[in-house]
Parts: sequence; structure tokens; C-alpha cells
Amino acid sequence: MPETKEIASPEAAAVERWEQETLAPVLKKRPERSKRFENVSLDEVNRLYTPADVADVDFEQDIAFPGEFPYTRGIHPTGYRGKLWTMRQFAGFGTPEETNARFKYLMNQGQTGLSVAYDLPALMGYDSDSPLSEGEVGKCGVAVSSLADMEILFDGIPLEEVTVSQTINAPASIFLAMYLVVAEKQGADWKKISGTLQNDILKEYIAQKEWIYPIRPGMKLVTDTFEFCTQHVPRYNPISVSGYHIREAGATALQELAFTLRDGLEYVEWGVRAGLDVDEFVPRISFFFNAHNDFFEEIAKYRAARRIWSRTMRERFGAKSERTLQLRFHTQTAGVSLTVQQPLNNIVRVAIQALAGVLGGTNSLHTDAFDEALALPTDRAALIALRTQQIIAEETGVAHTIDPLGGSYFIESLTQKMEDGAMDYFEKIDAMGGMVEAIEKGFPQREIQESAYQYQKAVERKEQTIVGVNKYQMTDDGTQIPLLIIDEGVRDSQVARLNQTRTRRDKGAVANALEKLKRAATENENTMPATIEAVAAYATLGEICDALRDVYGLYEEPAF
Amino acid sequence: MPERKIRVLVAKPGLDGHDRGAKVIARALRDAGMEVIYTGLRQTPEMIAAAALQEDVDAVGVSILSGAHNTLCPRIISLLREEGLDDCLVLVGGIVPQDDIARLKEQGVSEVFLPGTSTEDIVKFLRANVKPRE
Repeated sequence: MPETKEIASPEAAAVERWEQETLAPVLKKRPERSKRFENVSLDEVNRLYTPADVADVDFEQDIAFPGEFPYTRGIHPTGYRGKLWTMRQFAGFGTPEETNARFKYLMNQGQTGLSVAYDLPALMGYDSDSPLSEGEVGKCGVAVSSLADMEILFDGIPLEEVTVSQTINAPASIFLAMYLVVAEKQGADWKKISGTLQNDILKEYIAQKEWIYPIRPGMKLVTDTFEFCTQHVPRYNPISVSGYHIREAGATALQELAFTLRDGLEYVEWGVRAGLDVDEFVPRISFFFNAHNDFFEEIAKYRAARRIWSRTMRERFGAKSERTLQLRFHTQTAGVSLTVQQPLNNIVRVAIQALAGVLGGTNSLHTDAFDEALALPTDRAALIALRTQQIIAEETGVAHTIDPLGGSYFIESLTQKMEDGAMDYFEKIDAMGGMVEAIEKGFPQREIQESAYQYQKAVERKEQTIVGVNKYQMTDDGTQIPLLIIDEGVRDSQVARLNQTRTRRDKGAVANALEKLKRAATENENTMPATIEAVAAYATLGEICDALRDVYGLYEEPAF
Repeated sequence: MPERKIRVLVAKPGLDGHDRGAKVIARALRDAGMEVIYTGLRQTPEMIAAAALQEDVDAVGVSILSGAHNTLCPRIISLLREEGLDDCLVLVGGIVPQDDIARLKEQGVSEVFLPGTSTEDIVKFLRANVKPRE
């Protein structure tokens, strides 16, 4: 049989020539440092990228211009030249008073938005005085059990002017209600207030695992907030579809991208099924991604996210409004990449990760503090994290030019690979019936677990380097860093306020509102009005969640 | 008679749902030839002690990242001892400040493994410290 030879493109032929004439003799003399170069997702990365790698990428179709479909280069025609990203540091610890003081400190230092971290009892829908909350009150975030705490948390912070992001999921509708009631008491107009509720229950079942109710009632509560906000709080983002936790749980960059966007599609489908108009509610869906160590892979991930979202919104849902097609996202540097060993090195990791977020066009950014592998950050550590963003924004010049890496053979090729990989995952998940069904089957959970294990093995084989952990170790690097210690006194003060709240409130009004809420849940009506009534009557978080637990039951994780 | 395999209960007490570490360690111990029982999330100290007794384990590995270790660990240990599991090792993995490590060890924790620990080190520790049974 005669030998068949593919007709090489001129670009590919040029690469072949270079490989033979220039590269091969050098490789013969001195081999490279490794046979295989891998990124942090354990994917192989090539030696060189050339026009041959982007032969299928069309400038007008795939890259295009900022502010235009498919938004690969960003959603704003002026990039960061018009407005910098929002510097939004996630903060919360101890009592509402302590966190309120931290918020004011950060705002005084030039932070431009707030982001609340709630403690584990709040995330799980228990009051600070529940036996299950023992040892956990105020530890991983601020303790909030009722409107009384929320009033203190936002004391002196005008909610009509400051945008606040709340990291809360299973009981998110209750925290939205508390936020709205506090805003109303401040005299703020709901039509003007903005901010974000994380409210991404799917990634709880997938990765973060702070769930309460089974998946379908969980999705119903999310859909209720979409419907309510579309009508009453039109500038508020009722969801932040989050890849961050998926990545922290061990996913690769591609898995983070694919599962997060597929979660986003699931929410859109549920909203549409509830009778909402895509072009009315989808513009208020925001996203949240991780910024991990592999610099270029991360940048490609953000660019691909925008492109996939705009294409899918148009193709699957017939979206017409530009705002529906524009994916907006927050970024946080990778907590999982921070090391206990030689902790000051974390400042450098955070800076590089944050830079990837900025070069990827993030709309807002949180930079981790260097002490976060050890504890919640001290004031000083939190300040360095904020200063890191300010240095990137105002000293390096990277914000002067839009999508400065656009057109790079490497970046465009990686962006395309991310898009293709995500579409493959979409196909698999669609074939299972959707993301809810895929989660019920344990599919994304197993994929993530497997990636986490393979990464750990790669670290232990020293194929992935972690400076100070598996290379350049020191028994004592001489760093003494003060840690933020949260004692059990937080619980005592929370219990005292809860007792006071329970004594002072109108018990009949609380019982009535909780009854109404149960009825709304049972009869499949929107639960937001009754939730607002309950929080305004100072029903506690635990009481409201118990009412819904009675109706919906509890989630049990399947074994896999 | 074949040698008895080391049996380990990997437990996740408290409200925290971050189970990446617990699951990676459970699998690594299994790959090292041990028998591993993973409790799942949100186990109370009572549930953990009961599972340790029922499964007749040599060690309990407790994963805590939330800062609740000072509340949870002493309870788990005293319940294990009440059940008569005097030789059962208690290993803690997670985010534990230096100052707390000494206190936990005084209370009966065999070892505390911080972030960055190799799973091989945990395997070695178990092999060296689990008491051989008759």
C-alpha cells in the first residue's frame, strides 16, 4: 500500500522545519528537564504554541472584541479602563459586632465592596445556642441567628450604596429576607439596592456539602428567590453560581468550568420552568471562580467561561438581551494552595493567582490572606491581601489594556480546549437528564474525588511541586505569625442575645409567620413573602429552617 | 493465620462539609492495605465512638478544619475510653494551631497531622503505633 501523507498546512510545515533544524540538535545535546510538562490539572502542556495550534480559531467568531459576542475578551468595551474590578474581601468571624468593625476597617482602607462569611451553624441553619453548634460558633465566619444579629452586622453600612455579597446557600432565602428587612429599616429602596447572594445549592451537593433539604426542594427555594428578586429587587444578584468550592474540593480547572456552567444552565432551566423570562432573570445570575496556581490555564478558563455562556444562552435558550449573554464573575484565590509551611510564601502565591484573575477579566476579586492555612485572617494579613490587589491595579499597568493576552497562540489554544472539554461534559450530563440527576447519580462528586486523589499522588511522587512542602522544606523557617483566635465567649454572647430576642418579640406574630411559611412550602407557593414576615417578627434562623425541615425533610448523601 | 489488617475509622465530626482530606486519606489507607470505614459527614462524638466499637478499629482518624477541635476531640477520646477502647489510637488531621497541638496530645490524641502531610507518613505512623493483637 502506498504511504499516505497528510497535506500539512504551511503553518504546520513551518513548525516541522523548526523542530528538525533547530530544536532536534539541541535536544540531542541536552534533553529537557522533564519528559512531560504538566499543569496543575495534570494535563500535558506543549513546548511551543504556533499559528498551527489556533488554525481553527477564528478572530471574528471566537475572539472578537470586548463588549461584543461571544465576549471572550470581556463584557466591557473599556475593560478596566472605565472601572476597575470590585475589590471585595470575604470577611466574617466572631460576633456581629467584631465583623462590623472589620468591615469598616476594610472600607476605610479602600475596599470597594463587602462580602460576608457566616459561621458553620448559620450555613447549616442552626442557631448559635443549638447543641449541634457547640464549638463552631463564630469560628469559620460571623455568627448570625436572627434579624437582631443582622442589624448589628450592617450597622452604619448604607445598603443602598454599598454592594454586599453573602456567602450562604441552604438557608439563603432567609438571609436574603434578613438583608432586605435591614435595608428597609435603613430607609433603602429595594429597587436600588444591589449585592449578591451565593445561593448556589447545586455546588453544595457536589462539593461544599453544607446542605439542609433534599435537592429538589433546595432548587425550589433558589427559584423562589429568582422570582422574588426579578419582581421586587431588580438590581440584586440572587445567585452566584460557584466553581470555587468545586475546585477547592479537588476538581481540575476544566471540571470547575464545566460543572459550574452546567449548574448555571440548570438554574436557568428551573427559572424558565417557573415561568420566568430568560432575558429578565438571567442577567442577574452571576458566577464565582477559583484562581489557582497554573497561571495560563486559569486565564483560559475565564475567557472560555464567557464564550461558552454567551453561546449556550443564545443556542439553548434563544436569549436576545446582551446582558443575558454576558457572564459576570467574581474570583477568589485558591485557599487550597496556601501552605502552613513558610506561610509568608503565600503572599506571592496570592499575588500571582490574583493577576491571573485580572488578566482573565474578573469583575470582582478576593485575595486570600497569607495566614489562612492556619486560621481566619488577622487585620494585618487581610490588609496585605487587599494591598496586593491595589498594587496589581495601580502599579503594574496590567489594567491599562483589555485582554492583553488575547491572540496569544497558547492562550487561544487553551481557551478553545477548555470550551471543547466543557462541551463534552455538558453532553455527558445532558445524557443523564441534567445536573440534578447527575448529582443524584454521584457523577460530578466522583469525578472530583478522583482528581483530588490523583493530585495528591502527584504531589507525593513530587511530580507537582509545592514549595516548602515537598521541595525546599525547612524544619523551622523562623516565621512567627500571630493568629486570630476565636474563643467560646462568642457563643456566650450569642446565646445571651438570642434569649433577649426570644423574650422581647411578639410570639403570636412569629408563630403565625412560621405557619404561613409551612403552608407556602406545602402548597408550592413562593416562600419569600412568608420568610420575610418571619424574619421581621424576629423568628430565628433555626426556627425558620425547622419549619422548612418539617415540610421538606433532610438531604441524605448517597454512598459513593 | 493471616495477619490481621489494620482497621481505621475515618470520621468527620462537627458541622463542616469539607471532606476532600478525609476521603483522600481513606483511599490512601485502603491502597496501603488497611481496612477503612468512612463515617460520612456530621457525626457526633457519640456516633463516632459507637462506630469505633462496632467496627472494632485500631485507630480513629478525625478530620477537623473548622476550629472545633478543642470541643470535639476530648469528647471523642473520653467516649472511646468509656467504651473500653483503651488502645484505640486517635489521629487528628486538619487545621490546628501549634498551641493547641500540645493540649490535644495531653488529652490523649496520638498525633496531629497538619496540611501538607504526605499520606505515606500517616500510613507509616499507623504501622508503627497500632498495637499488634493476639
